[in-house]
Amino acid sequence: MQILPILSSLRRHRLTAVLLALQVAFTCAIVCNVVFLVVQRIQRVSVTTGIAENELSVIHSSGYTAHENAQARHATDLAVLRAMPGVRSVAAVSWSLPLDQNDSSYGVCPDEASRKQAMARHSADGTSCVQPSMYDGTEGLIDTLGLRLIAGRDFTSDDYVVGNKHKPAVAVITRALAQRLYPGKDPLGQSMYLGDAVIRVVGVVDTLLRPNLRTPAVDGYSVIWPQKPDGRTVTYVLRSAPRDRARLLREGREALLAASPNRLVNPDRMEPYTDMRARFFQRDTTMIGLLVAAALALLFVTALGIAGLASFWVQQRTRSIGIRRAIGATRGDILHYFQTENFLIVTGGIALGTILAFMLNAVLMQHYELPRLPLYYLPIGALMLWLLGQLAVLGPALRAAAVPPVVATRSV
Amino acid sequence: MFAYYMDLALRSLKRNPILTALMVLAIGLGIGASMTMITVLHVMTNDPLPGRSAHLYTPHLDPLPLDYTHGGNGPDPADNLTWPDAMSLLRAHRGVHQAAMAGGTLLALPVQSGLQALYAAGRYTTADFFALFGVPFEYGAGWSAADDAAAAHVVVLSDELARKLFGRADVVGSTARLGELDYRVVGVVARWDPAPQFYADSTGSQFSDIDTFFLPLSVAVNEDLPVSGNQSGWSDDEKTGSSKRGAAMSWLQFWVQLDTPAQVADYRRYLVNYSAQQKALGRFQRPPTEARLFGLMDWLAHQNLVPNDVHLQLWLALGFLFVCMVNIVALLLAKFLRRSGEISVRRALGARRRDIFVQLGVESALIGVAGGTLGLAIAQLGLWSVRHRPDDYARLAQMDSSMLAGTFVLAVLASVLAGLLPAWRACRVAPALQLKAS
Repeated sequence: MQILPILSSLRRHRLTAVLLALQVAFTCAIVCNVVFLVVQRIQRVSVTTGIAENELSVIHSSGYTAHENAQARHATDLAVLRAMPGVRSVAAVSWSLPLDQNDSSYGVCPDEASRKQAMARHSADGTSCVQPSMYDGTEGLIDTLGLRLIAGRDFTSDDYVVGNKHKPAVAVITRALAQRLYPGKDPLGQSMYLGDAVIRVVGVVDTLLRPNLRTPAVDGYSVIWPQKPDGRTVTYVLRSAPRDRARLLREGREALLAASPNRLVNPDRMEPYTDMRARFFQRDTTMIGLLVAAALALLFVTALGIAGLASFWVQQRTRSIGIRRAIGATRGDILHYFQTENFLIVTGGIALGTILAFMLNAVLMQHYELPRLPLYYLPIGALMLWLLGQLAVLGPALRAAAVPPVVATRSV
Repeated sequence: MFAYYMDLALRSLKRNPILTALMVLAIGLGIGASMTMITVLHVMTNDPLPGRSAHLYTPHLDPLPLDYTHGGNGPDPADNLTWPDAMSLLRAHRGVHQAAMAGGTLLALPVQSGLQALYAAGRYTTADFFALFGVPFEYGAGWSAADDAAAAHVVVLSDELARKLFGRADVVGSTARLGELDYRVVGVVARWDPAPQFYADSTGSQFSDIDTFFLPLSVAVNEDLPVSGNQSGWSDDEKTGSSKRGAAMSWLQFWVQLDTPAQVADYRRYLVNYSAQQKALGRFQRPPTEARLFGLMDWLAHQNLVPNDVHLQLWLALGFLFVCMVNIVALLLAKFLRRSGEISVRRALGARRRDIFVQLGVESALIGVAGGTLGLAIAQLGLWSVRHRPDDYARLAQMDSSMLAGTFVLAVLASVLAGLLPAWRACRVAPALQLKAS
């Protein structure tokens, strides 16, 4: 295929060709960055919590009066819930569960020296101390949540304290936190310094995500400690087969109100855990939908532009196509002519688009704390646009190839 | 002449119906997406109290110790006032009206049987709150300064909460139970929901929260009622650092009405003097010039309430509009240039360049009007989908008349702009050359 005649023909349509290339360039830049944003969000929403999400349901209960005996209330409620058919296990927590946004975190240090250092600085930054999220709950919480205990033991009934006036003596921590606090050491039996309290690590669970996400590096820093909730508001966590969840929520609410009508069991605050997770990420899923729609709409408009322009040029050049056909060009030659022309324009657009993509990424990095665009997005983006261009031009090019040589003999 | 151009434009557009449809679709999509996001941004940066906002100010002091470093995670404690400072400003009475306030959520028990208990969000504030913000009363009135001083158990309910608890709104004189205490209802306010809720603590959902009750702040302090929003202490001493009356815990918002520039200047001076006095007493450590007075709209700008995602969506929509416009420029250019022959004939028959330019401009504008109409429909669809999002600003996403007009202006402007270059290029066709060639 001869490229030179195509180039000289394009020079006659310089402005139009440049505009089309410009459109391809901006589409390339925007779509590359949009796809990058989508991938980021997908990574965020697909984070693992470490708990048996599909089997859990939560019911929030809030007593009307504060002077009620909370321990007796919780014990009765737990027994009532446990007795329902289909419930595998049940536990009560004050409020925190992964991704429910009720974060309670403390400064925790691996040794006395770093605790003093952090106190002197008024901050854990720059010391070996961290701020993990604390999960409390009644006996059997680790089992109920379906956490995987990879070392040590679960709590025994002697470990438990009631309410947050006193701190428990032992705790179970996540693997991520163990590696951060005690790198290279066996975490079992180590001490955590938390304010004036010293807490011994007796177990390690594989993964337990925090109630709120910050950065992936610290999102797995969680501590479970044997502290029973002690207030008039409490959250019950039920584990069951996934198909039983809706029924158990309905029956659980009735059972709780039957056990004590002197409370609020708000139907808006009881749900399968998966709904809670979906709500946490709802903004991200909306954003993913919007971004994907925007990228598709952009590609669609660009394809329309390419196809529209190509069919114009085909109409405009009908006579010259006829002449070329009359002096021996095959249908394939004509088809290739338009395909090559499109390839050249799109290539020009992609070349400029690559630069624009990085400029756009730089702006986004500055304003939205986004990482740098990985290089491999560009060949993928280029390939996509080449394909799009070829697809869009195919129809008009086939129409051009179908022009009979006899057109050359007619005057337009 | 205009009617003739319209006729020409319509004929020309009809000649390539598919291409015309493509251009209208492209501009419609671009305008629709952009207007959806511009509207969202517009309602989020709206004036929450038109007519009053120009006279409302919020004073800010900096009582933090010099060695206090703000971690960046979470709100700035200096955004709020401590109890002693708020009470001093209140007692000084330097504004036309002033009130201190904080948010709270209480469990509200229904009075009439058959109604549900619920968590009600409301505000603990001082007597002047209602006059300061012009809160409209349906029944009764607010409480008096004497009630504040006596920490009287009185409450003002919203119409909505009154109906939820009593089943009716005319409940002045009745007793409402909120949390653990009984309150005498002294007033019921009609629907009043400034959006954003500018006077609330910045950690709340300011676009969706509505106050459903109002209690004297002194009651909240005496009874230690739960406060929602940011409460930051900076002292290890429990008494000053984590109790409501503490001098080292900020949790209160304060608003003042100042009608004239002289009053504003006086208030600024007063704040600096107050800070200097507190510094002399050893309570404040930072320079007195840290004391600031924000106007309502300045304060909203300072808080930066618009989430990053909304900005990102706006830029995405505008980028999309831009690509659509480049697309239309290319298509119009090809289209106009293809009509070189026709243009040359008109030029040869005496039409000036300007005439050709106007004729082609009318054609672009026509595409713009059609695209604007389509864009308006798409924007309504977009706003409908925004209203179904879980975000707290969702309920505000409505187009007002200025936005409706704006959509058309933007659409016509965009397409006329897009038509400028092609029309200019086309009207420069040399008639003789073209005529000879064909």
